[in-house]
Amino acid sequence: MRQELSSADQRKGETVGLVSLFIEFLLIGAVSFGGGIVAYQKILLTEKKKWLSQDEFMAALAISQTMPGLNSVNLAVLAGDKLRGGIGALVAMLGLILPGATFVMIAGYAYSEGQDHPIVNLLLAGIAAAATGLLAAITYKIGSKHFQQIKPLVIIVATFVLMSVLHLSLIWVLLIMAPIALFLFRPRG
Amino acid sequence: MGVLIHLCLTFGMLSLLAVGGGTAVIPEMQTVLSSSFNIDHTTFVHVYSLGQLAPGPNMLMVLIFGLQIAGLLGAGTVLVSFFLPSSVLCLMVGRLWVKVGESPWRRAVQNALEPISIGLMCSGVWSVAKAAINGPLSAGLAVLSLVVILFSRLNPVYMILGAGAAGAYLMHLTGWQ
Repeated sequence: MRQELSSADQRKGETVGLVSLFIEFLLIGAVSFGGGIVAYQKILLTEKKKWLSQDEFMAALAISQTMPGLNSVNLAVLAGDKLRGGIGALVAMLGLILPGATFVMIAGYAYSEGQDHPIVNLLLAGIAAAATGLLAAITYKIGSKHFQQIKPLVIIVATFVLMSVLHLSLIWVLLIMAPIALFLFRPRG
Repeated sequence: MGVLIHLCLTFGMLSLLAVGGGTAVIPEMQTVLSSSFNIDHTTFVHVYSLGQLAPGPNMLMVLIFGLQIAGLLGAGTVLVSFFLPSSVLCLMVGRLWVKVGESPWRRAVQNALEPISIGLMCSGVWSVAKAAINGPLSAGLAVLSLVVILFSRLNPVYMILGAGAAGAYLMHLTGWQ
């Protein structure tokens, strides 16, 4: 009992190795087919390795979602920074994106080779149709509670109109919508 | 060299504008790639869809655009310029946050950006659908995968691969799209 305690204390005091940080994020980057990557990161950081407490994880997730960039990448950056500083952030991020990056590079070469082949084009047409359904499903899942409330719904519709009907560029859409949305959701009290 | 700088500026900008995650910049990326780099909408949607089969963060397919536009150097340029700016920003803000502590304004910013990001995702669905749906077969496959992914726990990768195979077979057989 006493031994267990002291080893737990020791583990807490030890710094996380950069190699281990890299490998753990590399594993997530390699196995997370079909999305849900933040869930894998939560299991790694709070359960498998206990590198972050629940609260620390939730705080990092909130910042990841607030800042621009991919949530999973931001989360890796924040976790890596917390554990090993700037170099840790870089290592965690590289581990996370390396397997997928290798995958898409191979896919990219294959695509360049097979682009003009009729069967490849038919396959891609089916894949693209399903990917459209996937994107719609993700949008619905993330947006479902926002579609049912008036304030978020107005912002969603206005953003869509500026982007897809009036064809403004993204920076203008954000310059117009962000202040309005921020005003509508300003902290009260 | 000029094209690499152009790629770097384009994807660096997209990186910093990606509120609420990468999918929010899909419509802008499609527009810019078509107007500045001659990537037509069909190629865009093919590459985007291939990217959905990859493990890891879901926007890594941007590397394929870099590859197509300027070879390996282009892919490297896109990798750095799409992933580094937002990551550095997040790192700096994350550190600042530890010092400042949670404030009601962080929640307000997140609440304000979420619906904007969902609106942009709706635009993304719209622009991807316009390029991907060319007839009754592709429309049917899109609706089928939407329903299956919403109401089952099937990994979307299998749905996409299945739709690719089934779609190719049916399109070959019927000549429909």
